Amino acid sequence: MYRYNDLDATIVRERVAQFRGQVQRRLTGELSEDEFRPLRLMNGLYLQLHAYMLRVAIPYGLLSSRQLRTLAHIAEKYDRGYGHFTTRQNIQYNWPKLVDVPDILAELADVEMHAIQTSGNCIRNISSDHFAGVIADEIEDPRPYAEIMRQWSTFHPEFSYLPRKFKIAFSGAVNDRAAVAFHDIGFRTVKNDRGEVGFAVYVGGGMGRTPMIGKLVREFVEKKHLLTYTEAIMRVYNEFGRRDHLFKSRIKILVHELGLEEFRRLVEDEWAYTKDSALVLTDAEIARVAAFFTPHLYEKITEPVAAFEQAKAENKAFAAWIAHNTHAHKAPGYRIVSVSLKKTGIAPGDVTDAQMRAIADLADAYSFGEIRATHEQNLVLADVRQADLLELWKKLDGQGLASANIGTLQDIICCPGLDYCSLANARSIPIAMEIAEHFDRMDYLYDLGELKIKMSGCINACGHHHVGHIGILGVDKKGEEFYQITLGGSAADDAAIGQIIGPAFSRDAIIPALERLLGYYVATREEGERFLDTLRRVGIKPFKEHVYATH
Amino acid sequence: MPLIKDRRVVDDAWTHVAADAAALPAGDIIVPLAVWKSRKEELSARNGGLGLKLEPGEHPGEIVDDLPRFSVIALNFPNFRDGRAYSYARLLRERYGFKGEIRAVGDVGRDQMFFMARCGINAFEVKAGKSIEDALAALSDFSVTYQNAADTPLPFFRR
Repeated sequence: MYRYNDLDATIVRERVAQFRGQVQRRLTGELSEDEFRPLRLMNGLYLQLHAYMLRVAIPYGLLSSRQLRTLAHIAEKYDRGYGHFTTRQNIQYNWPKLVDVPDILAELADVEMHAIQTSGNCIRNISSDHFAGVIADEIEDPRPYAEIMRQWSTFHPEFSYLPRKFKIAFSGAVNDRAAVAFHDIGFRTVKNDRGEVGFAVYVGGGMGRTPMIGKLVREFVEKKHLLTYTEAIMRVYNEFGRRDHLFKSRIKILVHELGLEEFRRLVEDEWAYTKDSALVLTDAEIARVAAFFTPHLYEKITEPVAAFEQAKAENKAFAAWIAHNTHAHKAPGYRIVSVSLKKTGIAPGDVTDAQMRAIADLADAYSFGEIRATHEQNLVLADVRQADLLELWKKLDGQGLASANIGTLQDIICCPGLDYCSLANARSIPIAMEIAEHFDRMDYLYDLGELKIKMSGCINACGHHHVGHIGILGVDKKGEEFYQITLGGSAADDAAIGQIIGPAFSRDAIIPALERLLGYYVATREEGERFLDTLRRVGIKPFKEHVYATH
Repeated sequence: MPLIKDRRVVDDAWTHVAADAAALPAGDIIVPLAVWKSRKEELSARNGGLGLKLEPGEHPGEIVDDLPRFSVIALNFPNFRDGRAYSYARLLRERYGFKGEIRAVGDVGRDQMFFMARCGINAFEVKAGKSIEDALAALSDFSVTYQNAADTPLPFFRR
C-alpha cells in the first residue's frame, strides 16, 4: 500500500499544527462558533446532537494493521471504546472532546492518517472498489489513480471553497463495486479500441434530496490526463455551480440545469486551455505511485485445496460463511474475506477497540497485514489462503465477526440517524437492528438471496436509501417517526433510483410491511430470481398493492 | 488602513469607490465593475492609479482587454465560503497574464490566506477585528504543496 514520503508527512504534520491553533483560538473565544464551524468541518469535525463527531479518512478504504491498531487505540483512549465505519469507507468517532482532537490528529499522523477534507465543501476522501487489486474482473488496479487524486486534491488552493461537497470514486473492474454512478465524479477504468487503458468519466451522480445517476461526460480520458480533465470539471463547477441555495449547489444540479451537452462543452473549452499544462501526469509519477500497489507475493497453490474442501463438507456453518462472506480471488488457492460488521444487536458498521485489534492481528496472520473498509460498512481481508480460512473463521467467530450475512437482508446500510445526528428526522440504527433481529433465520435469509436494504434517517440520504433494492427513509410526521419505503434502487452496474411506493409507515408497521413485500416476492419470483429482478419483471404496482392491501 | 502586500504589512494608499459615488475622489482608486463600464472615459482621463473590483459572478474573462488599464484587481469575498474568486485569481495570473496587484477584499481571514496566496493574490485587506500579524503568519502555515498554481508553475511531481 501507499507509504508517505517527506512531502505527505510534512503536509499532514503541518495540518495538525494549524488545526491545533484553530482549536486553541476557539477555546479562548478568539474564534466564534460561526467562524470555527467551517474550519473544523474542513477537518471532519462535526457538532452532532450530543457531542462532536470526528470523521477520519481512509483513502480508498485501505488500512494497514498498524493503522487499524491506532484506530482502536483512539477509540479506547479518546472515545467510548468503539468506532463506526461509514458508507464512504471512512471511520467516525462519536464522542471525542474538542480539546483532544489535535492530539488524536497527531496520533493519526504518526501512522500516515488524517481527517483532512472528510467534510466541508471540498473534494472529499477518494473512494474505490474494496476488491481492487485482487478481483479477477479487474482491467487495472484503480488505487494508484485514487492516490494520485488524493494528493492532488489535498489542500487544493483553488478548490477548497466549492459550492458544496464533492465526492470522487474510482472503479477498475468490469463490475462496479464503487457506486461510481452516484458520485460527483465517477471514474470507470476502460480500454479503448486501441487497447489503451483510461477512464470513462461520469459526472453529476449523487443521493441526497435530488438523487441522480451520473452522466457520461467523456468516454475516454487518457491516464496522463486524469488531473487535467478533473481540473477542468472542477473549475467549471467552481465558477458556475449554484451558491444561492444549499440544496441546489451540488454539481448534479449544474449538469442538470445546463444540460449534459452544454456542461460538456464548458468542460471541453476549459480543458483546451489546460490539457497540455504541467499537470499532465508523467509516466514516472504514475509508475512511482503504482509501485506501491503491486500484487502481494502469492504462493503458487493448486486448487482444489483438500483441507478447505473437506472443512466445507464437514461443517455446515463454515460452508455457509464461505458461500456468503468470501469471494473468488484472482490468485488460485486464495479467497477474499468479508468481515461482517452486521451482527444482529449491533449498529451496522460499529466495531469495538478489541475487535479492531483482533482484526489487525488476523490481517497480520492471514492477509499481508492489510484491511479494507467497504462502502457497505463491512471490512475485508482480501488475501487469505484457502487453507487458512477455517482458522480465520473460528477466530472471527470468537470476536462476533463471522455473521454469515454479507449481501443478505441483514447486511443493512444505515446512517447514524437521530441517535447521533442533528439533521435526522428519525432514528435509523434501532430500526435496522430490529429488522435484522426480526429476520434472523438464516435459511430464510439465504432463500431470499441478494437483497440490499439501505436506510437513512432523513432526506440527506447518508444511508443511501435511494439505491437500496428496498430503501427506508425516516420522516417526521407531526413529531412522530415514520418510515417511507422505496423499491428498485441499485448502486451497481444496473444503477437505478428507487421509487417511493406510497404513504409512510409507523415504526410498528414497518416490519409487517417488509414481511408482506418479501412474502409477495417469494410467491412471485421465478427460479433463481433476485428480489430486484422480480421487481423489475413485474413492476412496482403489484408489490405496492400487496403491501397496502387491507385485510 | 493596514494592508498585507507581498508578505509585509504596509499602509494602503488606495481608496474604494462605491458603486453609487457621484464624484470620483483624487488619488488611487478602486472601482466596481459597473462604475468602470459606465464611466470608462472619465476614469481613463483622470490622474492617479486605477483599480477594478470584481464580485463573484463577474468573471475576469469579461474584461481581459481592459486589464492593462488596471494596476490593481480587487477580488471581493462577500463571504469566505464563496470560492469563485480563487479561480478568478488563477485565471488572471496564469491565463490572462495580469502582473499587477491582486488583492483580496471582504471576508478575508487568516485561515483562507494561504490558499489565496497560492492562487496569485498578493495583497490582503484582512477583515476588521483580526490581528494582521497573525494573518501574516498564516501565509506560512504550510511549507510544502502538491499542486501547481499561480505561485508554483509545476506540480510536485515535476519539480
